[in-house]
Amino acid sequence: MLLHTVNKSPFQHAALGSCLRLSKDGSAILLIEDGVYGALKGTKISSDIENAMKTKKVYALEPDIKARGVQDRVLDGITLIDYAGFVDLAAENKAVEAWL
Amino acid sequence: MSEEMMEEGGGGVIKKFCYINRKAPYGTIYALESLEVVLIGAAFEQDVSVVFADDGIYQLTKGQDTAGIEMKNFSPTYRALEMYDVEKLYVEKESLEERGMTADDLIVPVEVLSSAQLQDLMEDQDVVLSF
Amino acid sequence: MATIDVAGNAVEVDEEGYLADRGDWNEEIATEMAKIDDCELSDNHWEVIKFLREYYEEYQIAPAVRVLTKAIGKKLGPDKGNSKYLYELFPYGPAKQACKYAGLPKPTGCV
Repeated sequence: MLLHTVNKSPFQHAALGSCLRLSKDGSAILLIEDGVYGALKGTKISSDIENAMKTKKVYALEPDIKARGVQDRVLDGITLIDYAGFVDLAAENKAVEAWL
Repeated sequence: MSEEMMEEGGGGVIKKFCYINRKAPYGTIYALESLEVVLIGAAFEQDVSVVFADDGIYQLTKGQDTAGIEMKNFSPTYRALEMYDVEKLYVEKESLEERGMTADDLIVPVEVLSSAQLQDLMEDQDVVLSF
Repeated sequence: MATIDVAGNAVEVDEEGYLADRGDWNEEIATEMAKIDDCELSDNHWEVIKFLREYYEEYQIAPAVRVLTKAIGKKLGPDKGNSKYLYELFPYGPAKQACKYAGLPKPTGCV
């Protein structure tokens, strides 16, 4: 499977939407940098991520979450990982598809 | 010219300056650049308004901790704006709502305005700078 | 990177003499920086330097001179929160010179 990474805010770029549309069921999606704003509760795109989580595994990079002060608003079911976890995910998957 | 020389240099025409911030911090350099321009511009003693809309409101999120990404956390500096006589901070209501946030989630006191109110505010400016 | 010699240690500074790494700061460095400017630090100097370090800790910014003057006035009273007092202590400019000794970057807006 592919590891999909998204580093753009879902409110300003179509990257997350394209990633959700074009990633296969069972794949891993990792939100990093401004992409972590896609991991939050109560936003206008929260339901898109919740839908995706029914068939895909969603991760967010914890240092990026903490930097932005949003650690208390992460959606249930999203797994927070550190840089070492990022490396593990990349190693576990066939390739990384970065949605820039 | 050093700022210490500019200190006495006021006395010109006062214009209405409006800075519009629409980008999240850290992912791009816009937020930090804008903050620096606002602080530098404050020396000219103009009538300054700072607007936060779209992802710009994330600049003001409470509880930022950048130790893990090895970047400077510049969010405390927004609390210094008042001492630079930059006191008019506005946040777009629609942008807050789209992100499930309220003014209580922000590090500084702001005035929440609707899009329609912001239209009027921007129309009233002499200079609008967008970041 | 330029360095200054403080008690036998080379401390990195930028081309204008500001400390390269704020974390390196200690009182000996401040004293040495002042000595380079032919300035001997009195209790009044230290009061401003300490104030600046606290200000930076809280706001993550080296204040402009106008803001520094006002903030000092608020904290230490009007006889210290004025240009004359601060320029007598720091003739090269209270914000620039005191920030340097405090190990802070040059104030935002100073060219």
